[in-house]
Amino acid sequence: MDLCRLTIHEAADLLKKREVSSVELTEAVLHQVEAVDGKVNALVTVTADLALDQARRADERIKRGDATPLTGIPGVLKDNLCTRGIRTTCSSRMLADFVPPYNATVVEKLLGQGMVIIGKANLDEFAMGSSNEHSAFFLTRNPWNTDCVAGGSSGGPAVAVATDETLFALGSDTGGSIRLPASFCNVVGLKPTYGRVSRYGLVAFASSLDQIGPLTKDVTDAATVMNVIAGHDERDSTSLPHPLPDYSSSLVPDIKGMRIGVPREFFVAGMQQGVVDQINAAIALLEGLGAVIDRDASLPSIRYGLAAYYIIGPCEASANLARYDGVKYGYSAPDADSMWDAMEKTKERGFGAEVKRRLMLGTYALSAGYYDAYYLKALKVRTLIRQEFEGAFDKYDALVTPTSPTVPFKIGERLDDPVQMYLADVCTLPVNIAGVPAISVPAGFVDGLPVGLQLIGKPLGEETLLRIAFTYEQATGWHRKKPAVASISI
Amino acid sequence: MTISREEVRHLALLVRLGLSEDDVLRFSGQLSHILESFEILNEVDTSHVAPTANSIGIESVMREDEPKPCLAVEDVLANAPSRENTFFKVRPVLE
Repeated sequence: MDLCRLTIHEAADLLKKREVSSVELTEAVLHQVEAVDGKVNALVTVTADLALDQARRADERIKRGDATPLTGIPGVLKDNLCTRGIRTTCSSRMLADFVPPYNATVVEKLLGQGMVIIGKANLDEFAMGSSNEHSAFFLTRNPWNTDCVAGGSSGGPAVAVATDETLFALGSDTGGSIRLPASFCNVVGLKPTYGRVSRYGLVAFASSLDQIGPLTKDVTDAATVMNVIAGHDERDSTSLPHPLPDYSSSLVPDIKGMRIGVPREFFVAGMQQGVVDQINAAIALLEGLGAVIDRDASLPSIRYGLAAYYIIGPCEASANLARYDGVKYGYSAPDADSMWDAMEKTKERGFGAEVKRRLMLGTYALSAGYYDAYYLKALKVRTLIRQEFEGAFDKYDALVTPTSPTVPFKIGERLDDPVQMYLADVCTLPVNIAGVPAISVPAGFVDGLPVGLQLIGKPLGEETLLRIAFTYEQATGWHRKKPAVASISI
Repeated sequence: MTISREEVRHLALLVRLGLSEDDVLRFSGQLSHILESFEILNEVDTSHVAPTANSIGIESVMREDEPKPCLAVEDVLANAPSRENTFFKVRPVLE
């Protein structure tokens, strides 16, 4: 048995029965990293010694009979989640040597459960990007075709899960950064309701849109990880105080009578026909499983989502990233002759092109004379989008859409055309604008490349999403397909 | 909508971002193109719509102001590019 192939729940069963140890499991995963990562470049930092140490402690805990579903389970963290004593780079030259003095709340929670940290995974610099091509270090490749992009910005986490370099990963999602790479790599990715998971210790990109969530090999594991990371945190004043459900209890393969809307605005012009066909097949399957489908759902303002998002996100980023001034931490230009010169040189050398582009865009949209026309206008459109989602959830339990209008595109294809690149997020970003939860689940292949099905729920409607996703997954089994590159090992 | 090279330089000054002349030229074209794609928003009538800054509607979260353990000074300064004693060292602001 190849232990790295296991899901969290399969591994937890074996650990509990003491048929395998966490050390064995961790060694198998580290072995896989060694064999595969050179082909896909998912990980920025591998913490092998730490992982084996954590695994030994997990084995003792299991022996004591004190295990939780994540005790001894290897995972990776997107490299914008602060880890005490482990460098946290955001895949930026600005933070290439930054070692946080504290853990993100989600990291603290996972470590409390006895998780094993395999390493930190690659992303588009500061999570700004849809392809992973904007990492300052290296490009993460799609395991299904290494000439294609992994999707972004959580490309490293998604690829690590797809290639069995980990049993699960945490990512962050500001406009689709969990769901898009999940879709491109044939794994499950959940963006929770805004505020459901504490953002404390997540390096800020756009604070009103950012949310942390799991990338996993199946829906069951997504529920397991949510059970650990969700919940109120007084260190994040936007985290929600609402009581927590047991997400695992939603894993019921029954969607009879559930009302699901198919909003036509998500089927954008230029969408790949193969993707449309796969999504239509998935919708027909959901109908066959007993869901009541309305193919004429409509959220008319969705067509303005892309523009609103690419104003709001950069505006918030331009405020958040002002902190990288070369004074407190991060890169600092040593050869400057004044304070302003130091700041300008620090940012010029520390940030890559996409980050610079968004900082200037956000600054423009917030500047005197343009604030009303851009930022304020975008916030008003945000209200309309949110209201249309609210209206839709009066009628439907969930909405179903493609996660991405296309399968993974070729590396380099959109790099010099930001507007084309931004289109990759057109189906995912309305969800962040409205703050609602959504999940991407594997839904088949077009020309050997994965397609993702996106299910969108009402605020705090994660349980409904997990239930539908679980039912769909059990009926199809697309998630069990593995890329050939993952099986070259051992 | 076009963003002139002069405007790009002004924006870079607001961001305190150094740019090469190549960057200025490239960003002038790209930012213009991106801003053009935002013109679609002019179609929407928002004259009676209030803005939404935050999707969850939680406002002004308060808590008791109680002292709690915090990071040690040495931990906070560990990443400082330049320090003196227990301070971050910066270049002169006023000369």
